[in-house]
Amino acid sequence: MAEDVKKPEELIQIDYGPPKRSWMDPAVKFERGSYNYAAVKDNQEYLSLPFPRKWQPYEDDWQLPDGWEEIIFKGFKERLEKYRSLRIFMDICVRCGACADKCHFFIGSGDPKNMPVLRAELLRSVYRNDFTTAGKVLGKFAGGRKLTVGVLKEWFYYFYQCTECRRCSVFCPYGIDTAEITMMARELMNLIGISIEWIGTPVANCFRTGNHLGIQPHGFKDSIDFAVDELEELTGVRVEAPINKKGAEILFVAPSADYFASPHYYTLLGYLQLFHEIGLDYTWSSYASEGGNFGLFHSAEMMKRLNSKIYMEAKRLGVKWIIGGECGHMWRVVHQYMDTLNGPADFLEEPVSPFTGTRFENTRTTKMVHIAEFTADLIHHNKLKLDPSRNDHWRVTYHDSCNPVRAMGLLEEPRYVINSVCNNFHEMPENTIREQTFCCGSGAGLGTDENFEMRMRGGLPRANAVQYVHDTHDVNILLCMCAIDKATLPPLLEYWVPGVEVGGVHEMVGNALIMKGQHDRPTDLRGTPYEQNGKEGDDNV
Amino acid sequence: MNLFFSLVVIAVLIALPWVLVGAAGLDYLFGVIVPYVALAVFVVGLLMRVLQWARLPVPFRTPTTCGQQKSLPWIKPSRLENPHSTLGVIGRMLLEVLFFRSLFRNTRSQLRDGSRLTYLADKWLWAGGLAFHWTFLIVVARHFRFFLEPVPWCVSVMEGLDSFFQIGLPIIYLTDVIIIAALTYLFFRRIVNPRLRYISLAGDYFPLLLLLGIAVSGVWMRYFDKTDIVGIKELSMGLVTLGPVVPEGIGVTFFIHLFLVSALLIYFPFSKLVHAGGVFFSPTRNLANNNRVKRHINPWDYPVKVHTYEEYEDEFRDVMKAAEMPLEKE
Ligand code: HEM
Ligand code: SF4
Ligand code: SF4
Repeated sequence: MAEDVKKPEELIQIDYGPPKRSWMDPAVKFERGSYNYAAVKDNQEYLSLPFPRKWQPYEDDWQLPDGWEEIIFKGFKERLEKYRSLRIFMDICVRCGACADKCHFFIGSGDPKNMPVLRAELLRSVYRNDFTTAGKVLGKFAGGRKLTVGVLKEWFYYFYQCTECRRCSVFCPYGIDTAEITMMARELMNLIGISIEWIGTPVANCFRTGNHLGIQPHGFKDSIDFAVDELEELTGVRVEAPINKKGAEILFVAPSADYFASPHYYTLLGYLQLFHEIGLDYTWSSYASEGGNFGLFHSAEMMKRLNSKIYMEAKRLGVKWIIGGECGHMWRVVHQYMDTLNGPADFLEEPVSPFTGTRFENTRTTKMVHIAEFTADLIHHNKLKLDPSRNDHWRVTYHDSCNPVRAMGLLEEPRYVINSVCNNFHEMPENTIREQTFCCGSGAGLGTDENFEMRMRGGLPRANAVQYVHDTHDVNILLCMCAIDKATLPPLLEYWVPGVEVGGVHEMVGNALIMKGQHDRPTDLRGTPYEQNGKEGDDNV
Repeated sequence: MNLFFSLVVIAVLIALPWVLVGAAGLDYLFGVIVPYVALAVFVVGLLMRVLQWARLPVPFRTPTTCGQQKSLPWIKPSRLENPHSTLGVIGRMLLEVLFFRSLFRNTRSQLRDGSRLTYLADKWLWAGGLAFHWTFLIVVARHFRFFLEPVPWCVSVMEGLDSFFQIGLPIIYLTDVIIIAALTYLFFRRIVNPRLRYISLAGDYFPLLLLLGIAVSGVWMRYFDKTDIVGIKELSMGLVTLGPVVPEGIGVTFFIHLFLVSALLIYFPFSKLVHAGGVFFSPTRNLANNNRVKRHINPWDYPVKVHTYEEYEDEFRDVMKAAEMPLEKE
């Protein structure tokens, strides 16, 4: 956190009153803390993207290529012909305003252009001007705007101030999904070499090494081996964690942060314990070691390029089906796009749990099962020995990640698991969970240090709801099933609600799971001794 | 400015028939030609819009899911909020179109005591919107009494229900009161609420004013002007049977009313009013969430540059070997 960050008391002085100046006059100021740095030239080149160059958003001259307006016009036209969604969303908004105060960025910043309706109008105004009769004839009176450098700068600022969370889409009477409008706008900007560093770099790394951080295969193996050693210390059980093993029954794909970052790491320990305990015949892959797909935040094409690895690797290794770990946008891609992009996965088998015999009919063609579905099924069939009191030091609440809820509907599975492994579970207020869940404020590539203030603003509604259960139920941990959440909620809570930790659902599973041959486990997976919390570690073992 | 522009346009639209029919006697133009042209523009324009949407590909299946998915057999799926079958989708769409399901969720967020965010249910827009649309539908349906001879029984029944309270003479239709109240609310909402005023374009005020103009001129004719209904029916039947006549003695209010309706018909296909058709095409609502069950094909899919395992192993073979990781080629 930089020193010049505003204090929470200051940041929460939010002015919701719209300014005098019409929104049609573009005006953006790139102030520290609320925008992202430009994509790095080398990475753009590595990915063979157009117009790689060195530039920064705060500079006056963005070194736009000659004829950039024409490039965008053509790109826009092409997408209007390729996506019914885009055309419909451009055509039918009635500006009823129902979506206006549903966006966490508007709630946290009061900036009217963070109302989903106006965010969309930034693009729609250009659409009207260039593609509709009314706009061509009446221009400004019909709400049309010419694409100028000022408008482009606005696009950059506000379309990288949308986390593609789809909350607005839940409330819109026509289901207009500003997340998709943002995707389209980002694709258009990509055409003239405008993107951000925290999308370009992870994408390039992931393309090359299989993970966002660019860690090479041996580094990946080291991380997993390290976790295996640590788990042995914690539990006395040595688990196996095969990598790139041909002929395994199942390929397991997690977001890479699970093995490189904290508190994700404790969730990794949970997976390893679980898979060992049930005796799952599975393998990790170093090549397809990233489920999280930052290509989604870049373009449909980039999403496809990165996602292709999962099926290719499943085929090479000869597995039967795939399980995917705790990740949000990864599941948007797996659930809504993967089969269309890189299927059919006809070389795989319809997933059947080897332990319960459950046929995962909901994954018949994609053949990829969410770990919460897998674990909930195990617990439901009493296949796990669990001692939820080993999580009694945690008073938990659960954050629904945007994508698994609003682009899939994963609601009850994680709750069932949590209730089976924790004794103290308290939901946040109803308008802030399930399909109305609030984003962490840092998704879709926006989780950078330079964007810190805007992230704290965007995360305010989420943090505020956590504050509520912290105050009323003494909640001290926020569980989630998403790698971006696990990376960005800790600083968010430290800023707004100090004293609440962040953890994964399978971390709780790991704590509660009683393993064959385990020794006395005096600490939880974080190494916190149970005695300190006034509990005996081995009471019920 | 946007509001002012809309007011001016409306004023012109009212003044035109007033002057040209009232003073210049262009009855035939306003009674026959303009309505025919308007109807043609409406039908062709709307058809073109709808066909254009229908023609466009839907590359991905991206419903917005608002409830539990269908996964494990013992977890109850939310069939309407997260439909997994066509039947569910039809149910979801019916709820949207008939009852504005999504708008019903509306909340208003507020920052209280400077630190606490609350989200209170806010059903006003839903109620106002629903009231307007339903009464509009009924009013339009009631008009079939002018276009059909004999008047179908369902239209008569509807009229009977609509004049349930038997107040006034001629008896007041409930829908007339509601539609004007609802439109007035929708209009003032846009002016009073600073946030809405900020986002409103001319294209947002104008249709509301136009509809208000239509409703008020209609009411004026029925209750105050006591226009010659027989003459109007003769005119409308003439239009329907393609043998247009303009009888003598129809008041100018009727021509204003008819001209505003014509304006609405012409305006409709080129404005946000096409939401009436578009809502049926919205991919976040009209698709089933059965993505992992049924493959969805993208008609314009094309091959992309990927990074194969072979390329990966070629680049990292040495380190992989040193780490004793399995290799395809030693
Ligand atoms: C399938 C048919 C239709 C559906 C499902 C539908 C739905 C909606 C919804 C949900 C809204 C937003 C709420 C509101 O502002 O009231 C709306 C707004 C509106 N609709 Fe419709 N509508 C339909 C047909 C029509 C028709 C035929 C007209 C008029 C000719 C119309 C005129 C309007 C207007 C003027 C608004 C804007 C209200 C405002 O500005 O506040 N709609 N519609
Ligand atoms: S809720 Fe939908 S129709 Fe209403 S303003 Fe927002 S995007 Fe437009
Ligand atoms: S998708 Fe989320 S972040 Fe983007 S406009 Fe909608 S509510 Fe805001």
